[in-house]
Amino acid sequence: MMALETNINNLVRLQAVPPDWPGGFWGHWVFFTVVIIGFVLTMVMGVIYIERRGMGRMQSRLGPNRTGPFGLLQPVADAIKVLLKENIVPTAADKLVHWLAPVVAFAPALMIFAVIPFQNGAMLADLNIGILYVVAISSVSTVGVFMAGWGSSNKYSLLGAMRNVAAVVSYEIPLVLAIVGVVLIAGSLSLNQIVLAQDIPFILLQPLGFFLFFAAGCAEINRSPFDLMEADSEIVAGFHTEYSGMKFAMFYLVEYAEAIAISAIITTLFLSGWRGPLLPPWLWFIIKVLLVFFAMVWTRTTLPRIRIDQLMAFSWKFLLPLAVINLLVTALEVLASPAGLPWVVVIINLAIMAILILLWSKFFFKLGWGRIEV
Amino acid sequence: MKFERYGIGIIKGLSVTIRHLLRHPTVVQYPEQRLNISRRTRGNELIWNQEKCTGCATCAKSCPLGAIEITTSTNPVENKYAVEKYQIDTGYCIQCGLCVEACPYAALYFSYNFECAKYRRWELVQDKEKMRETPERKVSGYFYPERATKLPRQTLLIERITEKD
Repeated sequence: MMALETNINNLVRLQAVPPDWPGGFWGHWVFFTVVIIGFVLTMVMGVIYIERRGMGRMQSRLGPNRTGPFGLLQPVADAIKVLLKENIVPTAADKLVHWLAPVVAFAPALMIFAVIPFQNGAMLADLNIGILYVVAISSVSTVGVFMAGWGSSNKYSLLGAMRNVAAVVSYEIPLVLAIVGVVLIAGSLSLNQIVLAQDIPFILLQPLGFFLFFAAGCAEINRSPFDLMEADSEIVAGFHTEYSGMKFAMFYLVEYAEAIAISAIITTLFLSGWRGPLLPPWLWFIIKVLLVFFAMVWTRTTLPRIRIDQLMAFSWKFLLPLAVINLLVTALEVLASPAGLPWVVVIINLAIMAILILLWSKFFFKLGWGRIEV
Repeated sequence: MKFERYGIGIIKGLSVTIRHLLRHPTVVQYPEQRLNISRRTRGNELIWNQEKCTGCATCAKSCPLGAIEITTSTNPVENKYAVEKYQIDTGYCIQCGLCVEACPYAALYFSYNFECAKYRRWELVQDKEKMRETPERKVSGYFYPERATKLPRQTLLIERITEKD
């Protein structure tokens, strides 16, 4: 009993719960757990609405506008419909794995939000290795997806899951390298410290890093144009072909929860998180998350799905070299002015980004683009 | 030198989608909004004028589908044909307008009625009674310039599509 209490006291000290927080450690824990779950669920609904309406308008359609005012209740109607559906499990399926997969996929998507600051210090756990935690946790969803693909005993599911694993393994590297650039400038791994360090938003100091993180992040969570694992024109619905009812709803939730998670991380790392004038910080945070998500919808509507070889090529021949160059340039800049980067660096970095992307796009084509042989 | 393969295509594509986002969608939400149908259209339904019709059956002969069926009997008192049966299977009609153009007595017109979908196939067969001109079935100006000039001028553009919720 004594040992447990000391452990909890250690935890409280480590996670920096504000001393005047009502209820102490557990009050803090309960409050933020409820807030995070509520935040993710409501944001998923809002985000689905934004995606469907935005995509509709970009394709000269209207999108859902019948359910409730301006179609705002469409996600609710969809949720009710999908919950009332029959749950079908294939006879040949590995029942336990098939049943566990949505849970395994959903939990990490929710866990990412534990370290994302909604305001100054308002987060479940102010880990001093916050961004490392995010990197470690975010790829666990892939295990859930692979379990779904394997457990369904369906060739399309397995193909989709394999593609997902391949994509996540290759895109993790440019993703982490882009994060390292930010960490170098901020001088901390804690997400709250990174936000506090952004007097100039890091999108200006790290434009190339932002681009790399955005592209790699989209691939990591398998959003179009990298949605090869559920490429409906090739492999039906990918890993969730054999899912229906509640379990399908879980996967649907995972897809958008991950999109929100990546948007929130981009907001925190590059768009100075909750910082902003006039409006309250949490509102700034939500606005920025929605803006980043809108950019994802925009690219999704515009770009056609790429082939699997192009997916690999884009990671290894385009993003990885650029990420390494970006890291090198950032390291040199930080080395040159350890006291904090001046505004001149913004212009230099923007110029470097423009030149690199233009030239490497040409070079990427010379490298054989998506073809296997060079 | 052509400025290609520098990743410019992606920017072009993004600008296209954002332009579509900012303009009115080109969708007509049917029960609330309707497209403008020309009042001079060669379309949809036929209107038959019993008073002018002499039962000459020129329309039936001109119809390439044989969709018009006409039966007449002689009326010796007035020395003319009496039209006993005049019916058209609009399921066959290709709206070529040959019957309207062929009619020597200007007894056959098109209507610009928009909604003439039916639930049953036999409802597509229209007889004498159903081919009358009614307030719902107005006469189109097709092939009759003097009629067309009397009809109000109109635009076929969708003037304004607003979303109704």
